[in-house]
Amino acid sequence: MAASETFSSQSYIQHHLTNLTFGWHPEHGLTLAHDQAEAAAMGFWAINLDTLFFSILLGALFLWLFKQVAERVTAGVPGGAQNFVEWVVEFVEENVRGSFSHRNPLVAPLALTIFVWILLMNAMDLIPVDLVPHLFSQLMAVLLGADPHHVYLKIVPTTDPNATFGMAIMVFLLMLYYSLKMKGVGGFIVELTLQPFGKWGLPANLILEGISLLSKPVSLALRLFGNMYAGEMIFILIALLYGGGLLLAGTAGLLQFVWAVFHILIVILQAFIFMVLTVVYLDMAHQEHH
Amino acid sequence: MNINLTLFAQMITFAVFVWFCMRYIWPPIIKALAERKAKIAEGLAAAERGHQERLLGEQRALELIREAKSSAAEIVGQAQKRAAEIIEEAKLDARAEGDRLLAAARAEIERETNRTREELREKVALLAIAAAEKILQKEIDLADHRALVEDFAKQL
Repeated sequence: MAASETFSSQSYIQHHLTNLTFGWHPEHGLTLAHDQAEAAAMGFWAINLDTLFFSILLGALFLWLFKQVAERVTAGVPGGAQNFVEWVVEFVEENVRGSFSHRNPLVAPLALTIFVWILLMNAMDLIPVDLVPHLFSQLMAVLLGADPHHVYLKIVPTTDPNATFGMAIMVFLLMLYYSLKMKGVGGFIVELTLQPFGKWGLPANLILEGISLLSKPVSLALRLFGNMYAGEMIFILIALLYGGGLLLAGTAGLLQFVWAVFHILIVILQAFIFMVLTVVYLDMAHQEHH
Repeated sequence: MNINLTLFAQMITFAVFVWFCMRYIWPPIIKALAERKAKIAEGLAAAERGHQERLLGEQRALELIREAKSSAAEIVGQAQKRAAEIIEEAKLDARAEGDRLLAAARAEIERETNRTREELREKVALLAIAAAEKILQKEIDLADHRALVEDFAKQL
């Protein structure tokens, strides 16, 4: 589905960047949004079905695969699947042990979930950009008689800030919880107000520490979102070239391959960064200052 | 790209996933890994122990061989000494036996000589008497001179 006369470059890009949103529209009632304006009109009380569906699908895939192994795990000679799962688990555990110096049974499973789940969600980016959305819109057109141009689908959940902020906010809540639990309310307030400048610089301390605290989840979410969104955008732009004749299409094929190879690195790296930073932030939350 | 209810849905999803992972996935896998680690450590320790035991056994065997060699040498030495002694004894016995036999033979010879000499003396006496008889038959009466002849024969 490349750029054509009826389907301009701009609308092509727009189409790819719009979620399948379901919600309460002030005029049309409870419905699927037919364009970005409708989705925006739905405001907060709407759900991105595609983000939710693919993130839960991939999360369930991850949990199912690992559960299969966990059920028949053996201390003897491991089989292929167990070998792979153990490799991932050991990789995560090593990283957690390296950056987390306290005892908390939550952190390592949290890190594993974050790493594998984000990795899977990011990896959806490597599926050709048009394939699934196109099939989906054709299917909807056949099944429900919907206009294929207004059936949206984003298959990479991490290009939706809802997904990345969802995780980052949960991590932030955990940070707050463990800060309060380990340091006490007083200790946490002291940490926020009495450093780095001592008690006479209290307002400055509060501003600095407050910003640094809040910037953690924001940067966590935006880094992942930004990287994946940009990567997706490049794929979309490359896909546009396919409509520009043989030469451009050939160039696009080459570019797409090169970018996909490079993107594999980003896919893994972003999952890894999110995991490591989560662990580090939680480690900081556990640390007591004297 | 709007922030909407999906955010909360994602938060809940995330929390459920983490809980599930923490409850059902992480502990058994980590336990198996720890168990395998312990197993391997145990195996290595056992191998090390076996190695030590083998070294000890080798040492012990060498000691035994050395002991056996020295005791064998001792036994051989004793046997040689004993053999020499036996030979020496046999020599002494043989010499003593020889001496005894020699002495006995000598005594026998002595006896034989004496007996022969006695016989010879008697025969010479008889011969002398017979000769003297023949000579004296012409001159003297045997009866008269008998005492004289016997005296003479005793002197031979």
